[in-house]
Amino acid sequence: MPEMNMIEAIRDAMDVKMSQDPDVLVFGEDVGYFGGVFRATAGLQEKHGLHRCFDTPISEGGIVGIAIGMAANGLRPVAEIQFADYIYPAYDQIASEAARLRYRSNGDFTAPLTIRTPVGGGIYGGTTHSQSPEALFTHIAGLKTVIPSNPYDAKGLLIAAIEDNDPVLFLEPKRLYNGPFDGDPHAPAKAWRGHKLGDVPAGHYRVEIGEARKLQKGVDVTVLAYGTMVWVAQKVAQDLGIDADIIDLRSLLPLDIEMIEKSVNKTGRCVILHEATRTSGFGAELAAQVQERCFYALEAPILRVTGWDTPYPHAQEWAYFPGPKRVGNALRTVMEA
Amino acid sequence: MAKKPSKKSEPKTDKDELLSYYREMLLIRRFEEKAGQLYGMGQIAGFCHLYIGQEAVVTGCRAAMKDGDQMITGYRDHAHMLACGMESRGIMAELTGRSGGLSRGKGGSMHMFSTEKHFYGGHGIVGAQVPLGAGLGFANKYLGNGSVSLAFFGDGASNQGQVYETFNMAKLWDLPVVFIIENNQYAMGTSVERSSAETELYKRGSSFEIEGIQVDGMNVLEVRDAAAKAIKHARDGKGPMILEMKTYRYRGHSMSDPAKYRSRDEVTKTRSERDPIDAVRHQLLDKGWADEADLKALDKEIKEIVKDAADFSLESPEPDPSELWTDVLLPVEG
Repeated sequence: MPEMNMIEAIRDAMDVKMSQDPDVLVFGEDVGYFGGVFRATAGLQEKHGLHRCFDTPISEGGIVGIAIGMAANGLRPVAEIQFADYIYPAYDQIASEAARLRYRSNGDFTAPLTIRTPVGGGIYGGTTHSQSPEALFTHIAGLKTVIPSNPYDAKGLLIAAIEDNDPVLFLEPKRLYNGPFDGDPHAPAKAWRGHKLGDVPAGHYRVEIGEARKLQKGVDVTVLAYGTMVWVAQKVAQDLGIDADIIDLRSLLPLDIEMIEKSVNKTGRCVILHEATRTSGFGAELAAQVQERCFYALEAPILRVTGWDTPYPHAQEWAYFPGPKRVGNALRTVMEA
Repeated sequence: MAKKPSKKSEPKTDKDELLSYYREMLLIRRFEEKAGQLYGMGQIAGFCHLYIGQEAVVTGCRAAMKDGDQMITGYRDHAHMLACGMESRGIMAELTGRSGGLSRGKGGSMHMFSTEKHFYGGHGIVGAQVPLGAGLGFANKYLGNGSVSLAFFGDGASNQGQVYETFNMAKLWDLPVVFIIENNQYAMGTSVERSSAETELYKRGSSFEIEGIQVDGMNVLEVRDAAAKAIKHARDGKGPMILEMKTYRYRGHSMSDPAKYRSRDEVTKTRSERDPIDAVRHQLLDKGWADEADLKALDKEIKEIVKDAADFSLESPEPDPSELWTDVLLPVEG
């Protein structure tokens, strides 16, 4: 199988769908001629034409609004928002239009559109280029939110998102584009090359939305993570010699609660990780659902390790990032309880 | 409403004035060159958008402002801060993410402010500062303080919806705000032609009855005169104007820009034919207001200021970890 990094896998997913389906269009700021700031769309305009992969003005509200109209009228748009931090002008369109079209029209109209956007920190982007706003979107009924942690899932999930008949927000942890990142910014960067999940099949395949991935099986503690944090979890568990059951959620909404429930009932312990701020973060939802379903199996309080309740700092990026030390402390605490 | 200015007589200036503009522009350029160097050395992380080539815009505008007038801009903001008189040390140390930085490392290149100098940021979201600029103007009008706010944004930002919502309100209420479009011709890698249905951006206020003027943004005196006119208009209670500054950035959009969207020739040609600093330099020499030795001494002085800023930015300690938690909200008393 071809080896790909996450950017190449994402690009390949769009290429596959554009080749199969003339109704799939890819657009956004600097997406066409320039090939995207992270190069995710490089070459698509040359291959599929200016009419199918094109640049838009810097108008996020307009990009998403137009995509919804296109989707309602038979196309399958894939819109890129250059950074998730830029998505807020489009929030109204996503929340009030895209996510609600099916419901409001009694199922007459749907908005099969995909919005791709890079999330998370790790590149010293400061407050406006590092955020993880997933919880703002998982709060919206009628929208699916997915976040892959590796090239294999990225391609399969993106294909599933494009083929989905409802709107899907596809979050791309930018720190993982070039390799798995286990939370140590001073360690040499790892590449996807040679990694099991950097082996990406050519052509069409799907990773179903709503199915989590068991990253590793264990019996000591359940770790719920997604995006960048799954690799931090794996490294820390390994370093501490903790036999963790690590679940990469992949899809936040819909959520694979069955896999989570089964795991926590088995381990009796649960640690939840995310990079986003803590209060009202997606971890709060996870903790609530776990205690609703697994309360009597729990041996310890559910712990969350998250970004602090502060804006994403520039210089102190790594003090904000819920890195190995904080994850390790939480794992030890639940194991000792 | 919108019109291109008719060619008129050469703008008036004098020796001291022109020398001060030259000095200001040179400071910006040398500062930005140093920032680029520090970035290359790995001392500046993340984003860093250099202003090289556009110096005449902010310098000319600042020259037309009065004390108390405010400035607000996007992410290409180092020059605006220098023009506002903010310390080069504090700016550079924010770029390097140190405790001596203007935002003590919290903000980085795109996010710095100064209440003292009436500089309202430094905003990393394209176009988001434009409504804020109108809000500054609203407050000026309400408070009756006689000040005018200058809201800078780029050709790319001029396609944001919120810019038009702002235009409407600014004219509806005749706010003392001047909209300055720094048209450097590329929104990152997308040229104005490929992103804009109407490429004459000074016309963008037409349907709001906002007068717009296109200005040679490489000519500091023309910029200053246009800004003076617009600021006076706003201060006189006649509401906003739009100034489209036709300018050019020599460097990439940011430090990680492969710049494949334009030819090297295009950049070289602009540099050699339209450079705003060279133009003033020639003027100074032609008029006999300075000789080579004077300019050399000035260059040396500026290099020292910039070197001092760079040294400071490398010597200043990293912010204390506790800084992560400060300034999120006002501390709760008790």
